[in-house]
Amino acid sequence: MSEPLLQAVDLHCERDERMLFSALNFSIVPGTITRVEGPNGSGKTTLLRLLAGLHDGYSGRVLWRGEPRSARREEFLRNLLYIGHRPGVKPLLTPLENLQAIFAGRHPHSNEILRAALDSSGLAGFHNVPCQNLSAGQQRRVALARLLVSDEPLWILDEAFTAIDHRGVGNLEQLLVQRAASGGAIVLTTHHPLEVPGMQRVMLGQVI
Amino acid sequence: MNTVTGPALAIARPSVGLGAAMMAVLKRDLRVSFRQSQDLLNPLLFFVMVVSLFPLGVSPEVAFLRQAGAGILWVAALLATLLALDHLYRHDFEDGTLEQLMLQPQPLFLLVLAKTLAHWLVTGLPLVLLAPVLGVMVHLDGNSIGILCLTLLIGTPVLSLVGSIGAALTLGLRSGGVLLSLLIIPLYIPVLIFGTGTVMAATDGAPVGAYLALMGAFLALALTLAPFASAAALKISLSSS
Repeated sequence: MSEPLLQAVDLHCERDERMLFSALNFSIVPGTITRVEGPNGSGKTTLLRLLAGLHDGYSGRVLWRGEPRSARREEFLRNLLYIGHRPGVKPLLTPLENLQAIFAGRHPHSNEILRAALDSSGLAGFHNVPCQNLSAGQQRRVALARLLVSDEPLWILDEAFTAIDHRGVGNLEQLLVQRAASGGAIVLTTHHPLEVPGMQRVMLGQVI
Repeated sequence: MNTVTGPALAIARPSVGLGAAMMAVLKRDLRVSFRQSQDLLNPLLFFVMVVSLFPLGVSPEVAFLRQAGAGILWVAALLATLLALDHLYRHDFEDGTLEQLMLQPQPLFLLVLAKTLAHWLVTGLPLVLLAPVLGVMVHLDGNSIGILCLTLLIGTPVLSLVGSIGAALTLGLRSGGVLLSLLIIPLYIPVLIFGTGTVMAATDGAPVGAYLALMGAFLALALTLAPFASAAALKISLSSS
């Protein structure tokens, strides 16, 4: 077993005077997929945002490779890819411009590589169409095209399969499994039935 | 779906330079702004209309306009900046780009600074460029117009920088616009006083060096402190969303 990338230690989070989770402990190890499960409103998104460092209203600790995350902010963020509910795609820019803008601040890639990523995510022929003219699923695919060129070891994906068609979901599942096999760590929420051998589950909400 | 580049999952990897990351933010924001040209024109039209309504509504006499001109232009520029402020983070917040910005490895305050600069380039700078035309309209003399443009050139970045704090603080609120004005206008008042004061002094033939130095001090203060405050405010706003 390799060293965990991310550890949640005794996490406790309340929202609007309602307890979402308490005494939550788990580790994210390279090569695994972790699925956060629970009914609507059980705090899945909050937990993922908390892990990514976007949500501060909690007690407990999040450790990045054994050390407090805040002490190694830059290293942590360089190794994290987070795609949230709101996909971070600018409606006025084209898919290619969106990818260029995202990668310019992280790890610049040539346009050929980005074009190839868009083609493989099913956006061939839409490179230069403003994203506001694309469907919800296509916009989601623009965000997910990042995964194809990502070299970040930790992925946090909130509702990754939303608005993606049946075949797209199959491809994405395959990508996630491949990624885990090559040593990446993935944390995700989805309401889509996803069965991967060896998948870790984190249950939120009333567990009976 | 196959990965395009082979995965290289080493933890240590060189980060993109600060300059490149800031340029990327600047470029993207400018590109988005120019595709949304009605948003660009709005504050400018507002500026022109307010200034041109004064001669019609109050008095078209040269003596009055020469006396009040600098004040009118400054107040109109201030309100035009305020009008455009709400767009600074709102769209980015709604489409998730702001979350991605916060997750970039570079220090957030510098990225915020790049964003504010982009905002100033499309809202503040056009006001400065239009000011000479409107200055002629309110019968300011050549020297005063020059000083007026200079004060606007130093002052409008301060307005954008200070305004970015308010925009960040009121981001998650539904009726943020009103609160934003209430928060920010008191902080704009010193800039307004010194901005018009400088032009008044120039019209009266008094030396303006000290005024300009003070305005420069405002800019230095805003440039160094406002990005930190905005970044902290953004963190709070996003954390509670």
